[in-house]
Amino acid sequence: QVSELVQFLLVKDQKKIPIKRADMLKNVIREYRDAYSEIVNRAGKTLQEVFGLQLVEIDSKRHTYILINNLPRVEGKYLCRDEEKEKMGLLLIILSFIFMKGNSVKDSALWEFLHLLRVYPGKQHQVFGDVRKLVTEEFVRQKYLEITPIPLTDPPEFKYHWGPRAEKEISKRDVLNAVAKIQGKDPTFWASQYSEAEA
Amino acid sequence: NTVMAAQMTDAHRRFLQVLMSNGITEGSEARKLHQHCCETDKVYYAHDKLDDFISTINSHLQPLFMQIRKGISEDDGRANYAVVNLAETEVTKMASDYTEMELELFRKTMDLIILSENGFASSTDILNLADQLKTKKMKKKEAEQVLKVFVEDKWLSEKNGEYTLHTRCIIEMEQYILSNYQDVARKCNICHSLAIQSQVCDSCGIGMHLPCVRKYFRGQTEPRCPKCNEFWSCDTP
Repeated sequence: QVSELVQFLLVKDQKKIPIKRADMLKNVIREYRDAYSEIVNRAGKTLQEVFGLQLVEIDSKRHTYILINNLPRVEGKYLCRDEEKEKMGLLLIILSFIFMKGNSVKDSALWEFLHLLRVYPGKQHQVFGDVRKLVTEEFVRQKYLEITPIPLTDPPEFKYHWGPRAEKEISKRDVLNAVAKIQGKDPTFWASQYSEAEA
Repeated sequence: NTVMAAQMTDAHRRFLQVLMSNGITEGSEARKLHQHCCETDKVYYAHDKLDDFISTINSHLQPLFMQIRKGISEDDGRANYAVVNLAETEVTKMASDYTEMELELFRKTMDLIILSENGFASSTDILNLADQLKTKKMKKKEAEQVLKVFVEDKWLSEKNGEYTLHTRCIIEMEQYILSNYQDVARKCNICHSLAIQSQVCDSCGIGMHLPCVRKYFRGQTEPRCPKCNEFWSCDTP
């Protein structure tokens, strides 16, 4: 069962869609329900040991899991295909912006920021295509970003946060260091971000 | 001859992750990747130890019924690597990416290809199949689109309007094909691997991969069948 579960998780995670416990029980564990925790534990250990992937529960109420890459992040051409790399680049810029603004930004502020990078929600981008879809659908589905509506706003406004996958996979310290480097300042210049990053 | 089960390092894990996301990795790419991973994760690197490096990973993949497998391209004879699933459970890569209807079309296309003389199925024949699917009839336009996706995802490869199995598909499904098409699937007489595209001896019926034919008959003015010794009837590539 463990090997079957490992394969199941690998295949599901390939598309970066979170895996539900219910699916695991139905498709793989089936009649071995009693041994569920044992099987999941062992699968997690195997994923770490052999693949360098960590099984993380991102929603303890609904029991959904994702696999995050536990290997030290590295620059370079082999990490992923070009298209993926470009999307990751955009994502990191967005996450940095959100972090530096205190972990939450209004959607209007985010799009204003992206304008500066010549990325517009209405227009097809040469590299990213439909950017609005990429940011509001794909990144959200993959749990890199989270959008919550701001109550009592009309027309409805939203705020953006880091999603659970971003929280686990991306280091706030790295983000702060990168921003500091670009701006030619010391990371401690941003006191609250610095203490959050070092926590 | 005992093989020490070496430890997995981050270099091995990184190599495996990239191989898995590539689907299929060409030999020279794999060698470059090996070097990159060892340098990144500060692991001892020797340029001729790729096979050992892969064996280490495979020894850990074995209990999971997975394996990094090397296959030779039937077109250019080059080595390619893919991570394959050895167990035939329902959780296979193809099953999760396509609908029942698309999978049925693929299986029927695979039938056509394997049963053919030359390892190719014409698009006309495949499109005719689309009409007869049990799950749901597929329109020709839709079938054309699905075929395109199969080519993009490297399950099929296309040449002049004809389709054959991509090297990736052959590496991943070799076991499946050999067991499910036992009487029909051909094995190359030289390298003994599954042969989808092959040249066949007119007299005794043995088959050989084109790159294997090329190598075997190099420099021979009168190529003869290695089994029955009759003149080799096909044009040697």
